[in-house]
Amino acid sequence: MRILESGMGELLQPIDLDEFREWNREKKAHGLVDKLMTEQEAISRFVYDGCYIGTELYGTVRCPMSLAREVVRQGKKDLRVAGQGVLELDLWLGAHLVKTLDITYIGLEVYGTSNCLRREVESGRVEKVVEWSNGGITWRFKATSMGVPFIPVRSMLGTDTLRYSAAKVAECPFTGMKVCLIPALILDVGLIHVHRADRYGNAQIEGISGFAFELARASKRLIISAEEIVDTEEIRRYPDRTIIPYYLVDAVVHAPFGSYPGEMVYMYERDEEAIREWVEASKTEEGTQAYLNKYVYGVANHQEYLELVGWERLERVKAAVEGR
Amino acid sequence: MATPDYNPTELMICLAARQIPDGVTAFIGTGIPMLAASLAQKMHAPNLIPVFEFGGTGAILKRLPRAVGEGRTFYRGLVASGICDTMETAARGFVDYGFLGGAQVDPYGNLNSTIIGPRHHPPKVRLPGSGGANDVGSLCWRTIIIIRHDKLRFVPKVDFITTPGYLTGPGAREAAGLPPGTGPYRVVSTLAILDFDEETKWMRLLATNPGVTVEQVIENTGFELIIPEHVGQNEPPTEEELRILREEVDPERFYI
Repeated sequence: MRILESGMGELLQPIDLDEFREWNREKKAHGLVDKLMTEQEAISRFVYDGCYIGTELYGTVRCPMSLAREVVRQGKKDLRVAGQGVLELDLWLGAHLVKTLDITYIGLEVYGTSNCLRREVESGRVEKVVEWSNGGITWRFKATSMGVPFIPVRSMLGTDTLRYSAAKVAECPFTGMKVCLIPALILDVGLIHVHRADRYGNAQIEGISGFAFELARASKRLIISAEEIVDTEEIRRYPDRTIIPYYLVDAVVHAPFGSYPGEMVYMYERDEEAIREWVEASKTEEGTQAYLNKYVYGVANHQEYLELVGWERLERVKAAVEGR
Repeated sequence: MATPDYNPTELMICLAARQIPDGVTAFIGTGIPMLAASLAQKMHAPNLIPVFEFGGTGAILKRLPRAVGEGRTFYRGLVASGICDTMETAARGFVDYGFLGGAQVDPYGNLNSTIIGPRHHPPKVRLPGSGGANDVGSLCWRTIIIIRHDKLRFVPKVDFITTPGYLTGPGAREAAGLPPGTGPYRVVSTLAILDFDEETKWMRLLATNPGVTVEQVIENTGFELIIPEHVGQNEPPTEEELRILREEVDPERFYI
């Protein structure tokens, strides 16, 4: 295959698919094993300084916020991050934990650019930034999921997004057309929040699935947090809904309101006031640290965080659900 | 009848909504595209099928989504799938329109939402990045750019091509490998609606907004526009459009 152009971005994570196969053979339980544990245990066991880590979906929507806060609480640093995120990656950036980024989008959506991203990237504290599109980064997970080193796609062509990525442009050996080769991305750790899971890790999501299917299958270690822990009989009754099978999963954490202040469709709405509180606080370094002190370092765990937020408020976001 | 009062954002939303025909599929991003799609669905395009990148297709836009992945993007929807499905649907040629914004646009409709300044890293200003924009601009048939009109945004050369317009001109998209027949279709700004000359792919003034002169558009554009002999005039928002926009689309006044 003739390579016509190479992005100048670095491959932040090696593509070793045979090692990944061996890993999946040796390091993952192929039988049913109880994996239920706390946030503290899951993060301390599977997240480590310098690891390559990714989260799904993003900050205000079905996001593993309780896990993201625990990463900050334990000060896991020099993280290499697959950057599609809002509040969760903002917390990591605000706590100076991110060393390199494969970025597609980090921002505050309706509230504009991320102040933490700006401070960390413009100062050079984030040392390397490699660009991708949302499709691009998800297809990277998909390539890993397929067990192949790359996927040819028709996005990113002709742009600086490609020039500053680690993708390549090649001539298709079958048709002669130009295609963008998207390299596989193997995550050391993936974090996903779901509606329900059993203690073995069989996980089900309601509504859109974002990139949970792909990210789950591209992770060497996968931590699932779930609103509800259900009996396996419940999973067996609706097996068609299992988007993440147990064998992909290393830890299952029971995290009610785990996506708060973001939403969890059909369960609770987003808390606009709480989101705005972060938007305001993150505008300055001092505000950011004060926020982290109050909501992350100042509480021991997710339960204490929920107590701090207050049940009245949590009941309110639950009552605001719009239904089907 | 007196002209109803409206602000520039409301005008942009109404103008963008009018660009969407009924019975088409359209990729919708955060912000003004959501309001425009919702308004269109409630006015002239009840069979508009909105596509949201994280998996929502065919939602009834009863209430305004605030995020591209939230529940309202598949409220009473037809499909709740994932990002691979929506992007691959566009890659197969099923998505007619795509809405895009950005910090900068150039004469060929190339868009920048990545950095401001000459250096990629560390940059002078770091913006969010492509998100789904590059995929939408690469794969949808017709993209509509919605952007405020001033010289900081309408620039001769964008600092970074996040999302492809016509790149360097006629034939450049195809030469880069992008699907033929795709590209920017309209620019809806606070001052005008613009399109792209069929031959040169250069931005052309189509119609000015109410109360805006051709000279004002020229003064606020950082490059030379094609000004045709006949420049149209956009109709102001109707009372009906404004009522639906204010009472039904965004009653909480999130954007307007």
